[in-house]
Amino acid sequence: MSSSIVNLVYLFAGVLFILGIKGLTKPATAVRGNMLSATGMLIAVVITLLNSEIVNFTYIIAGVLFGGVVGAFMALRIQMTSMPQMVALLNGFGGGASLTIASAEYFSVLNIDAHTFADLLQPVALGADAFGTGAEGQVTLVSIGLTILIGAVTLTGSLVAFAKLQGLVKKNFGLPGGPIGNGLLLIGGLVALGCMIANPSQAVTVLALIALALLLGLFLVLPIGGADMPVVIALLNSYSGLAAALAGFILGNTVLIVAGSLVGTSGLILTKIMCVAMNRSLGNVLFGKMAAAGEAVDADEIYAGKVTSAQPDEVAMMLEVAKRVVIVPGYGMAMAQAQHAVRELADSMESKGIEVEYGIHPVAGRMPGHMNVLLAEAEVPYDNLVEMDRINPTFEDTDVVIVIGANDVTNPMARDAEGSPIYGMPILNVDKAKNVVVIKRSLSPGFAGLPNPLFAMDHTLMVYGDGKKAVLEMTTALNQS
Amino acid sequence: MEILILLLALFVLSLFLGVELIVKVPPTLHTPLMSGTNAVSGITLVGALLAAGSDTSPMLVNVLGFLAVTFATINVIGGYLVTNRMLSMFKRK
Repeated sequence: MSSSIVNLVYLFAGVLFILGIKGLTKPATAVRGNMLSATGMLIAVVITLLNSEIVNFTYIIAGVLFGGVVGAFMALRIQMTSMPQMVALLNGFGGGASLTIASAEYFSVLNIDAHTFADLLQPVALGADAFGTGAEGQVTLVSIGLTILIGAVTLTGSLVAFAKLQGLVKKNFGLPGGPIGNGLLLIGGLVALGCMIANPSQAVTVLALIALALLLGLFLVLPIGGADMPVVIALLNSYSGLAAALAGFILGNTVLIVAGSLVGTSGLILTKIMCVAMNRSLGNVLFGKMAAAGEAVDADEIYAGKVTSAQPDEVAMMLEVAKRVVIVPGYGMAMAQAQHAVRELADSMESKGIEVEYGIHPVAGRMPGHMNVLLAEAEVPYDNLVEMDRINPTFEDTDVVIVIGANDVTNPMARDAEGSPIYGMPILNVDKAKNVVVIKRSLSPGFAGLPNPLFAMDHTLMVYGDGKKAVLEMTTALNQS
Repeated sequence: MEILILLLALFVLSLFLGVELIVKVPPTLHTPLMSGTNAVSGITLVGALLAAGSDTSPMLVNVLGFLAVTFATINVIGGYLVTNRMLSMFKRK
């Protein structure tokens, strides 16, 4: 198979990827887009398998079978509430693939027949042009080094993100010195990279680079917790694409470069959207804590004697006379697996002629679009899921807002309390509605650690308890009325 | 060297194309976008196949190639399947 034909086929695959992502710009065309993209992948893989350099199929078949079974099992069994974990794992495997490809490329040039680890440390006699003549050799080496660095950071960083989302790691902790410790790891990695480029025959430089980069990934994500996860996942998504694009430079492979850069930009744009929605800079999320809390706000002072609680059937009486209701879901809805119950409540209201919409904050949940997927699973039509900018002007004409499992994204301090750590963060202005119902286990603060004055407002009712149970009781009461 | 410049041009233009495409994806599809792009980044499978399938390389390279094929296949199969599963849930009224 001539390389021109292979490259033309890669070009075709690249076009299908682009059309696939274009399909994702509308829900109606999204399924077809995903199919187009998958077709591009199939074509690219098949044409590669026809390459005459591939003679040994043992490892390929083993890898495809094993990876295929694992991938299919994960994809078909994962619960929609656990989708952030799934995406975190996929990011990590993407980084792992780039890391191992770059390492394989390096060691295939070194051609060490290693039987023990010590064999790897022996310097090898390499010709000056082993990685390519002149500048090309340098570029290949730089690409190998950067792919290893980014791939390894993505791998361990994503595994930590997965462990945190899954609740396996609950504490947030980092290196002493925080950013300084990570900075030292990064500098160490770059030094190892430099040594590798200067002296590619010493495999120990690459091994050091891999080790330092793996550690860097660990300690970058370990200090980050909870509600900052959307940013981390989006950023690691971007890294995994960037690593793939760099791997394309090592192999001189066009389709890797095109696909990798598309994924890289996608992750980066999502990262930016998440940061804007939290009114924080990327550096602040990665290295900082929440801004120093200014004057400590006393929760008791805000809540004392002003919080009104209600039972689900009282809420149902209120809903009965409403004309327009907006439901604002947050991570708590995912935790309580309450999406189906919420849909049933909405159905019941709609059958009584009440207009129901959902207000979705960009960082509600643990990843971009998390709430939308959950509600889609519960068969809520996507036209009813309204983004922040469009729902906010409608709150004044809304009779009841039901906040379920969301906290910081509804906190009016972000709008009104200058000096508050979350001041300036765009929020859902649910307090502008005529009545607000907050379903929550207790008055405990959200991720920002702040009390929420919304809970103490005159027109706010707190319904304490499990989200799913409370919503089910509201539905029952509403149906009986 | 000229090939390198061409690859670089491809890279930069793809970045710009990526920005234009992705900003048009509505927030409601951001999760499928992430899993779908994960599947696309499984294109590293192409490079992994070359590493795993060469016969002239030492064992170490084949093993790394095997790992790469495994990782990339998980991304491709898992990514496309889960994206399809999610997208088919998005319905109109």
